[in-house]
Amino acid sequence: MELTRKISIFGRTRALEGEIDDFLDKLSQCSLLFKIAIKVYLKEGCTDDFESRLQDVNKMESDADRLRRTIETKLYAQTLIPDSRGDVLGLIENLDRLLNLYEGALWAFFIEKPDIPEIFHNDFETLTDMATQSVDSLVLAARGFFRNIETVNDHNHKVMFFEKEADKVSTKLKQAIFGSDLELSRRTHLRNFVEHIDNIPDWAEDVADRLAIYTIKRTI
Amino acid sequence: MEISIILFLTSGLFLGWALGANDAANVFGTAVGTRMIRFSTAAIVCSIFVILGAVYSGAGAAGTLGKLGAINALAGSFVAAFSAALAVYLMTKAGLPVSTTQAIVGAIIGWNLFSGTATDPGSLVIILTTWVVCPILAAIIAMGLFKLTTAVLSRAKLHLLRSDAYTRLGLMLAGAFGSYSLGANNIGNVMGVFVPSSPFTDIKFAGLFTFTSIQQLFLLGAIAIGIGVITYSKRVMMTVGTNIMPLSPVAAWVVVMAHSLVLFLFASQGLERFLISYGLPSIPLVPVSSSQAVVGAVLGIAFLKGGRGIRWPVLGSIGAGWVVTPVIAGIVCFISLFFMQNVFNQNVYASGPGKAPVHISAELAPIIPSAN
Repeated sequence: MELTRKISIFGRTRALEGEIDDFLDKLSQCSLLFKIAIKVYLKEGCTDDFESRLQDVNKMESDADRLRRTIETKLYAQTLIPDSRGDVLGLIENLDRLLNLYEGALWAFFIEKPDIPEIFHNDFETLTDMATQSVDSLVLAARGFFRNIETVNDHNHKVMFFEKEADKVSTKLKQAIFGSDLELSRRTHLRNFVEHIDNIPDWAEDVADRLAIYTIKRTI
Repeated sequence: MEISIILFLTSGLFLGWALGANDAANVFGTAVGTRMIRFSTAAIVCSIFVILGAVYSGAGAAGTLGKLGAINALAGSFVAAFSAALAVYLMTKAGLPVSTTQAIVGAIIGWNLFSGTATDPGSLVIILTTWVVCPILAAIIAMGLFKLTTAVLSRAKLHLLRSDAYTRLGLMLAGAFGSYSLGANNIGNVMGVFVPSSPFTDIKFAGLFTFTSIQQLFLLGAIAIGIGVITYSKRVMMTVGTNIMPLSPVAAWVVVMAHSLVLFLFASQGLERFLISYGLPSIPLVPVSSSQAVVGAVLGIAFLKGGRGIRWPVLGSIGAGWVVTPVIAGIVCFISLFFMQNVFNQNVYASGPGKAPVHISAELAPIIPSAN
């Protein structure tokens, strides 16, 4: 199989296509793992199960980093897609940052172990849901950019939608936190965790904006 | 082989080099300009296919230019080829795509004026008409092909990388096809005037096939074209590829295909025979300019996109080159013929003073300058 791939005219291209797909899969899986990990944390606290999810995300982020470097090197070393490689490079690097945000947020939960009152659990879950859905839509938009450019906008507008919803939830949550009778140190501590999660859809929206420009460039 | 014949051949080799330096841009300029194919790869493929086209199909090129004015003395051929080469070189030096056919037409008319030979108005009108029709036809073909290609690509939903790989392969194949046509059509411009006095003799290979003296002459000319491609075509490639308007790689493929199809339509004896055999009106086998075809194709795509992004000053300077090239070649030819005849005491046309004229035999006459 590997030999056939090597001697085929489009073997190198197919291998790189596979690596880009793998990279997007990693991001998509990280999204799912992040959602589960936050649920586990809210339900059980910083348990072994949570730590194992964190380790999974950690490993996936490292794998994605390796893939990103391979993709970038191949794009330039094999002088592929000269017209769009700068855009593809930018897209992959920006998507990679989402993996870092997921990983960073989970590490923060693991290290700082915030004590989240049950009254805020629902909103934290909703916020996590909106954040991961915005990334899921972005992954679909990125796949569309590579395979079916006409679908990019269909997915991009969902990224914007989930980002706005996430903003609403995070504002509501922060108001509730600062309206509570918790100590100021706990309130600011909890606010940090709202922001850790809210940064994810914010960045997803920025990437979607850039993707929209890359798409226009490819269609003119 | 007489030393004078070798000396006279050098102007043809110079013209071949100038042609290679300039016209390779028409087949690979867009691909190299958009960085889809490396210049070194393009230069090697182009040189190989130009040689193949020249040697295998060069002799079949039509002799419309020959009818315009058959240069009947070797020194006259030398001057005509030299003048055309100089005009092409000057235009190439300025980084502008230029037509070798236009240069040789200018040189032949210069020779006609000097020798008092009448220029055949019928041939001249046909040639001048194609100068107008060729870019228009290339533009129309490019528009149709671009619409078709984008529709097919949009339905095929190829991965960006796969689509890039197919485009790259398509550009390479279209470039090879274009180079072959270029060699077949243009070798007459370069070496046609020397055919009557070819210093080579036929070589037979074990009775299987014959490498004719004309093919050997064409091989020599084609090698000169190849050297021109490798040594000097990069700059013009960049002009064609990026200066008129920025092109996407798919649009670049469309440009090369439209250009190659136009060359094929106007130069294929096979297509002519095919159309005649079905009682259809045939397309006249008229030399067309590949430079005009490629500029026409780029414009076709630009107009399809609403005319945005066209760099009109570059286009204007290319258009000016179309008028300037034959005029420069004609004037240089006229003046050089005067010096050749009166200073070097060479016979530049059959009835002039000096050495005995070299006559063009009936069967070789059609090989005199052909398409560009």
